[in-house]
Amino acid sequence: MGLMEKIFALLEPAHWGVHPDDKKRPAADAPVRRLPLPERLYVPLQQHIGAAARPIVLTGQKVKKGELIAEAQGATSAAIHAPTSGKVVAVGDVTAPHPSGLPVAAITIEADGEEAWIDAAPAQDPFSLSPEEIAKQVAAAGIVGLGGATFPSALKLGLAKKAKIHTLIINGGECEPYLSCDDRLMRDASPEIVAGIRLMLIATGAQRALVGIEDNKPEAIAAMREAVRPRREIEVKPVPARYPMGSEKHLFSTLMGQEVPADGRTTDLGALVHNVGTAHAVYQALGKGRPLVERLVTVNGGAVAFPGNLLVPIGALVEDVLAFAGLKETPARLVMGGPMMGSLLPHARVPIIKGSSGILALTAQEAGIAPAGPCIRCSSCVRACPIGLLPLEMAARIAAGALSAAVDYGLKDCIACGCCAYVCPSRIPLVQYFNHAKGELAAQARAQLRNEAAKRLAAARAERLEREAKEKAEAAARRKAERMAQKAAEAAAAAAKQAEEVA
Amino acid sequence: MSAGLATTVPLASPHAHAGSSVSWVMAKVMLALTPATLYGFWLYGWPAVHLWWITIAAALLGEAFCLRLMRRPLRPALFDGSAALTGWLLALSLPPWAPAWLGVLGGLFATIVAKQLFGGLGQNLFNPAMVARVALLVSFPVAMTQWIAPVPLGSAGAPDFAEGLRITLAGAPSLDAIASASLLGHAKTELSRGVDLLQANLPALSFVGERAGSLGETSALLLLLGGIALILMRIITWHIPAAMLVGLALPALIAHALDPARHLSAATHLLSGAAMLGAFFIATDYVTSPNTRLGQLIFGLGCGLLTWLIRSYGGYPEGVAFAVLLMNAATPAIDRLIRPRIYGRDLKGRPLEIPEA
Repeated sequence: MGLMEKIFALLEPAHWGVHPDDKKRPAADAPVRRLPLPERLYVPLQQHIGAAARPIVLTGQKVKKGELIAEAQGATSAAIHAPTSGKVVAVGDVTAPHPSGLPVAAITIEADGEEAWIDAAPAQDPFSLSPEEIAKQVAAAGIVGLGGATFPSALKLGLAKKAKIHTLIINGGECEPYLSCDDRLMRDASPEIVAGIRLMLIATGAQRALVGIEDNKPEAIAAMREAVRPRREIEVKPVPARYPMGSEKHLFSTLMGQEVPADGRTTDLGALVHNVGTAHAVYQALGKGRPLVERLVTVNGGAVAFPGNLLVPIGALVEDVLAFAGLKETPARLVMGGPMMGSLLPHARVPIIKGSSGILALTAQEAGIAPAGPCIRCSSCVRACPIGLLPLEMAARIAAGALSAAVDYGLKDCIACGCCAYVCPSRIPLVQYFNHAKGELAAQARAQLRNEAAKRLAAARAERLEREAKEKAEAAARRKAERMAQKAAEAAAAAAKQAEEVA
Repeated sequence: MSAGLATTVPLASPHAHAGSSVSWVMAKVMLALTPATLYGFWLYGWPAVHLWWITIAAALLGEAFCLRLMRRPLRPALFDGSAALTGWLLALSLPPWAPAWLGVLGGLFATIVAKQLFGGLGQNLFNPAMVARVALLVSFPVAMTQWIAPVPLGSAGAPDFAEGLRITLAGAPSLDAIASASLLGHAKTELSRGVDLLQANLPALSFVGERAGSLGETSALLLLLGGIALILMRIITWHIPAAMLVGLALPALIAHALDPARHLSAATHLLSGAAMLGAFFIATDYVTSPNTRLGQLIFGLGCGLLTWLIRSYGGYPEGVAFAVLLMNAATPAIDRLIRPRIYGRDLKGRPLEIPEA
């Protein structure tokens, strides 16, 4: 910290982030309901960061609930299991839960309505397993980060073990407005979350776990405190409710009092961050033999008649979820995830995936849809940015096409949390600018790689041609020399013969 | 900002908004200005009221003229309140019984030359109200320094509505009769005559504001309250006003302690002229002030210090407008040099070191 920062820290409280109206209740207080099993489930093969899973079932094949239907492909990937029992009726494209509405490969299962599970009694006491075995089983259960990042969890556990971390941070921040699936899970299933945390402690070799929960969830804090009471190595830490507290870096800094270096990770500082939902899924897999085939999804927003949390099988359509929760009016926007970072859905015929924490049906007024005006340089965005960037300066440069100037202002450090656009009085879609620029830069980097590869190939070809020409010339020279030598020899022989004859 | 990107419906998050808007911001600033303005109306009567609305109307007219010329929609720009606020601030800085043509010229100049010629809202380098005020002061020094002693509404000799309109439109018949000097002007005159400040018969200092001065500048108390309201409503932060008042008071305190005969006290500096209006309402103009907290502190200190220098050594008795304009010119440099530290990086932008395990 610079000197001025220290002076400012004395003068005023921490100032990063925003305090949005959390709008979590009454949805958070409603008991969990189970979504009635839809007739068909559409299970995408790409529900995680990394390579898509490879399907291992054929059309017409019968599957049981929890059966492996697509296996991980490559180092960064995740397995996918049947979310219900039934028949595979298609392996083909469905619309991805993404604003683009592009197709994504999926396995379609027609439910038989029996919900018949695979035989999956856990073989032994999971707490006696080795770290490697735990990571292996977590991978086999297809568990990915359920906070929304969907990074394969087993990989993270393995990396943390290698990095010799000392602290496991469990993210119960849930700082996004509207969402309450983690809150609900902590209230209803705290013993299972704690069991999952204990398994993750074994898997990573960490000595202690800190559970960070925003202080706007007193019931969850109480339930988790009760559940961790017998375990001295796990501690529940309430943190101030402030968006984006649930960002890995910000929760880490709040709990550990350190910053994550710009080119490093929390594991470099001895800590690994996992979501509470992930901890729950780990226990489900190892303690009960249940792979990740369903999740809690918050259904909320001004257009929803009965907001709350639903237990939804992976692959159910957003349409099914909304039909069950009821719509009061036609929503102006459908969002998967929270309102601050969630993605706009092209329509409701897209499947729920492992990372779907919420489905929001927002009214126009809630979504804050208004035409953008000119920037008045009020610097609200500067005060709101949790990273310390100058969003207005970056946006001005991106608008002028000066992408490298925007990078100089820290574009690559932007976490796209949306605080800047949330507070902008001129309603400038700042995140849109930044995403556009990041995409453009990525395309430029790819084009440059391509150019370099092409250049390398051309250079190699030129070199080869040159080498071949040289070799040809050398060969020709050699042959000529041989011919000359032969001729000389013949001439010599002839001369000798002549001389003999003369003699 | 490019209009192309801004007009398409964004696909990106966030899908929520805090609810603020430019017109709300402007409305809140106007609300905070209202007490001081109403007090000015009461103090100087109907001519002041007429000057106020005529100046605002002229500022709006200038804005509308430019928008029409550029074939841009009138409504969004006229109703965002920025042009009206510019006119309002300019009116507050004029002599209360100034003739209407002064307000009209100033209002037109503010929005046409100082704002729209630079590209409109958000693009101007200098505070439009202060550019207009300085342009008027330089062009019409006599009209711009015709201060009058307060003639509160309802008191004997206060002009009524029609009489007030006549004064504003046609000029006061016998302005000399009620003319009075502002405190800063009086002090400057006395000093230049060789009379030192200890012997000069300075007008009494007033925190409430019952003394000669601009229409909206005299009540330090009401301006301070309005400014604090702006901070509480989170329209502005404390950095610029506090730094500017410190930048003004500190040199005044030292100079007055060293030589009270030649230097006015810190309290006089703070309570006179446009110090309060400038600190809370003028220097804090978003468009023309720096983005970062440290930058705003430097900017504020510069405004205060320059004000004191101009008041003490310059040719004009008051220096807030010049000081703010000079610091406006420094704002791009301040913003270029001073940037917040990025998370996970040091002040120079290098990544923090990863500790050895």
